[in-house]
Amino acid sequence: MYTFSNKLKTFSIILMVLGLLGVGYGFMTSHKSLDEVKTMLAEEASHHGGGHAEEAHVVAESHDEHAEAATHTDESQAHATADEAHHGDEHAEHVMHQIHNRPWSALYVAAFFFMMIALGVLAFYAIQIASQAGWSPVLFRVMEGITAYLLPGGLIVLAIAFFADSHLFVWLKEGITVEGHENYDKLVAGKSGWLNKTGFFIRGLIFLGGWVLYRQFSRKFSIAQDTADDNRNFKKSFRIAAGFLVFFIYTESMMSWDWIMSVDPHWFSTLFGWYVFASMFVSGITVIALISIYLKSKGVLEFVNENHLHDVAKFMFAFSIFWTYLWFSQFMLIWYSNIPEEVTYFVTRFADYKLPFLGMVVMNFVFPILMLMNADYKRIPWFVVMAGLVILFGHYIDIFNMIMPATVGDRWFIGIPEISSVLLFAGLFIFVVFTALTKAPLLVKRYPFRKESEEFHY
Amino acid sequence: MEASKVIHAIYTDDDVLMSAVKKVKAERHHIEEIYTPFPVHGLDKAMGLAPTRIAITAFIYGLIGLTVAIVMMNFIMIEDWPQNIGGKPSFSYIENMPAFVPIMFELTVFFAAHLMVITFYLRSRMWPFKNAENPDPRTTDDHFLMEIAIHGNENELESLLAETGAVEINIIDKEDGH
Repeated sequence: MYTFSNKLKTFSIILMVLGLLGVGYGFMTSHKSLDEVKTMLAEEASHHGGGHAEEAHVVAESHDEHAEAATHTDESQAHATADEAHHGDEHAEHVMHQIHNRPWSALYVAAFFFMMIALGVLAFYAIQIASQAGWSPVLFRVMEGITAYLLPGGLIVLAIAFFADSHLFVWLKEGITVEGHENYDKLVAGKSGWLNKTGFFIRGLIFLGGWVLYRQFSRKFSIAQDTADDNRNFKKSFRIAAGFLVFFIYTESMMSWDWIMSVDPHWFSTLFGWYVFASMFVSGITVIALISIYLKSKGVLEFVNENHLHDVAKFMFAFSIFWTYLWFSQFMLIWYSNIPEEVTYFVTRFADYKLPFLGMVVMNFVFPILMLMNADYKRIPWFVVMAGLVILFGHYIDIFNMIMPATVGDRWFIGIPEISSVLLFAGLFIFVVFTALTKAPLLVKRYPFRKESEEFHY
Repeated sequence: MEASKVIHAIYTDDDVLMSAVKKVKAERHHIEEIYTPFPVHGLDKAMGLAPTRIAITAFIYGLIGLTVAIVMMNFIMIEDWPQNIGGKPSFSYIENMPAFVPIMFELTVFFAAHLMVITFYLRSRMWPFKNAENPDPRTTDDHFLMEIAIHGNENELESLLAETGAVEINIIDKEDGH
């Protein structure tokens, strides 16, 4: 049995407290009124303009006056005289919304990132059981520990989505489906059969319910198999793993439309579900490697040897390439045909997110392919840890790139709200996962492939 | 060249062969060659053979293929005749790079795979019409053969090999090996 060391527990609690403080700070500082945003924009303009500083300020002030004067006058006249002013106003309002959205998006990106690790591990676990893998049973308890985060993590994602509302999902803006309303959007209205708040949460709960149900039962059968005197539980876990994988691939795809793609409701991509899946799968496998290496360094996983590490690292390597394949396929097809309604997705990312957008390709592809290609390197724990940390950071940036351009646009920065959100959920993740690891012995007993796995040799 | 004598020990089981190899190595005799009908797991380690470097050559060949692809398309599409084909930006290589990636990938794989195979053929001396070097046709079916050079220690070797479970021990005058 593993005991959650006090040091690690304190560490995770410190992470959560620090994260919570930072998230609170992020929300406090994001409450900017329209006037504050205007002064901020004027200041920015003066910084950029240098010599034009005064001019910009004057323009900003006149915008204010014009805007107020023009609000309740004849419409056509207002448009004619205060076209500029209106434009300035709209711009400031747009920026204000982006600033308001930032702490929500930061929280959502981090929450989704850690939830997807647990979900990726669950899928990996089900595949190991359904394929009757002979090498991995010694790692099952580690995987089961990680998937314990799925329930709290998934509920948190849904809760953030619920409270963030239109801060994250523009299709929840008031009146967006009402014809004649100033927010009316014909395209979104056409999709409201799928994109509506009730449907979103019903689907979300069904997805999460199915995954958690599989997690609970597979865990139950796994524990029961330890003390059983036949293989009934193993057979049951095999059957539900196969069933879960079918359920998973449908729901994961739909989840990616709902939870991620819908932040850009005008945009759609057919391989998006796979793309998100690749991201979650490789992050999940990386976390399995990191936690196994940590536990082994504590001496509680003596039956895991460098052959198992080698196999996990091979999966990290292969799925990093798989992720790149999907990332590139999605990008290249859209870039190549350059259809305006699709290509804006990458235009915004390229214009405002150049460093994260291209940086993640380096972290998620170039780095792992060079670091993990050599068979000897895959057997060196510190090497796998280093590569793993880069991969995890790269996939955080991946999720960041999916959400942020739609919610905060060019107002992004990896600052206090983003870092604290990651700390908060990292702390919670460590706390939940390592608590779950203490609940059962770290080696499956009586699992039919246990012996083979213990003697696994590459 | 001077004819040398070798001893051929024949086995019928790969496990016996493995333990024989270990015993012969422990007695510090040099094993010239082992002929088996199929790959025996761990035999190279037991014989103390150096690990292969063919993966490293493949990596280098892949880099060569990638370079060929980049240089070729940069010359053809960007430098030599930068036409406007369907609005693709042919001003610089990087601007049109996504369109070149499929070819860059394929040529990398092509070079890595084919040159590695050719390297393998050359290093293991395999080509059409080559004379087979098989000392005993049964080793392609179900027998294993260990070949040890004799340096005046015929009897000692013979008894050692008999101990290891060899089903047949032959002493053979060998024309120049290979």
